[in-house]
Amino acid sequence: MGIIETKDLVFEYIRRDEEGNVEGITRAVDEVTLDIKKGDFIAVLGHNGSGKSTLAKHINAILYPTEGTVWVDGMDTSDEEKLWDIRQEAGMVFQNPDNQIIGQVVEEDVGFGPENLGVPTKEIWERVEESLKAVGMYEFRKYSPNKLSGGQKQRVSIAGVIAMHPKCIVLDEPTAMLDPNGRKEVIRAVRALNDVEGITVILITHYMEEIIHADKVFVMDKGSIAMEGTPREIFSQVERLKELRLDVPQVTLLAHELKKAGLDIADGILTVQELISALKL
Amino acid sequence: MSIILDHVSHIYEAGTAMEFAALKDINLVIPDGQFIGLIGHTGSGKSTLVQHLNGLLAPTGGNIYYNGADIHDSDFNKKELRSKVGLVFQYPEHQLFEIDVFTDVCFGPKNLGLSKKETELRAYAALKQVGLEDEYFYQSPFDLSGGQKRRVAIAGVLAMKPEVLILDEPTAGLDPKGRDEILDQVAKLREETGITVILVSHSMEDVAKYVDRIIVMNKGQIMYDDEPKAVFRHYKELESVGLAAPSVTYIMQALKKKGLPVDTDITTIKEAKTAILKALGR
Repeated sequence: MGIIETKDLVFEYIRRDEEGNVEGITRAVDEVTLDIKKGDFIAVLGHNGSGKSTLAKHINAILYPTEGTVWVDGMDTSDEEKLWDIRQEAGMVFQNPDNQIIGQVVEEDVGFGPENLGVPTKEIWERVEESLKAVGMYEFRKYSPNKLSGGQKQRVSIAGVIAMHPKCIVLDEPTAMLDPNGRKEVIRAVRALNDVEGITVILITHYMEEIIHADKVFVMDKGSIAMEGTPREIFSQVERLKELRLDVPQVTLLAHELKKAGLDIADGILTVQELISALKL
Repeated sequence: MSIILDHVSHIYEAGTAMEFAALKDINLVIPDGQFIGLIGHTGSGKSTLVQHLNGLLAPTGGNIYYNGADIHDSDFNKKELRSKVGLVFQYPEHQLFEIDVFTDVCFGPKNLGLSKKETELRAYAALKQVGLEDEYFYQSPFDLSGGQKRRVAIAGVLAMKPEVLILDEPTAGLDPKGRDEILDQVAKLREETGITVILVSHSMEDVAKYVDRIIVMNKGQIMYDDEPKAVFRHYKELESVGLAAPSVTYIMQALKKKGLPVDTDITTIKEAKTAILKALGR
């Protein structure tokens, strides 16, 4: 069994009109079955409204399945007694850093989670230090979060999750509000967590460039998994992705255009190096 | 017809320990009909700058002229200015509030004191301009997708018939198709109406693809103000202030380094394709 597993997961919510009368039922997640291996870097793509965020919120028990089951490290998320264990094992980072930071000082913010777990004070400080170092924010530990850039704030949010010692971290469009540098900083930090700390990462994003190193990509559409494979397998299907309102990395798109123009280039070029070899330069 | 910024500065909390100069001696001319990209890292002064263009913020130094008139003169009609210079904030869908899409778009023109008929005509035209189909007009705006909501919010500003449209990161959080749809609609709108568009963006690819002039802000000052190719030629300097060139520019540099005779100031996929095929003799 993997670190995260879902079986026939369905999530439905009831739509109501102004007076509270039931208008209908929307199925946001539709029979999703997946198995995520410990230590993997997983990417989830999908257009707005495809069900990615709803799926993600099941992983740390913010939402419970209408039908089917979700297990986090073997624990059924519907089991209320396991709620805090699940939330500690599967941390979540959201789009807007300003909604996630509560401390007046960076190190206090990061210590908030372990403090609530009842971790002894000395260990809290150790965890704060190692978490801030893991995201490259240790030198800012005495700063007020207000003084940080978007990318720095988002890395503090991530440190706050790591300080809980999770086995898995779910990031729901963590770079959507950041400038190019902020995006790079955050993705670098997330990759390091996966490579160095071995934390399982589930990254939801609309930026295709961010996920070319992922172990596996899931593409969602209408609440179901529409495509599943390695980045190369997924990004080889440019036209299919466009139908799903998505895109491919710029270098992949350029290679695809050159291929359409008659050049002998393989599908699914992911890096400039690969393009150079394909052009035999 | 133009907007002129003459030695404009803006200092927040002047005279306190929190004093911060968000704009320092900005001089700009924004003529009619340009499509301008405004880029800069978070905190560089972009948002402060655009809020000066419709008089939401007053400069602490310098003057701003709209069609030759100083917008902070006591007899200047600010209300009219705000309908002429339409500002679409970040995440504008958070500002939708009416019971249906059509009523929401009517809110602006209604407040200009226009007749019911004129208001509705304008709302209809604006919703058409952003490409929203009739079937959505009487739905609650909250039932629409992210991209649709954002188009309704933009329509709300277009219904005021602005001469200048300022969009502050209109594509943040949208899926790639939603992003292209919004920007394509804006580009089409500009072609059809000749409206001036100022696009504040963190996406160098989008800016390179759509605009004909880029203004780069850094630490409250204008760092570059030129056509896209000329600006992105300074990619090293841009990187040092948290920005970058479009990824295709870096691809072309790598290819050139490997001996392929291509221009390195290419900024779009289309140009790159043509240049590579030409260099390969195809």
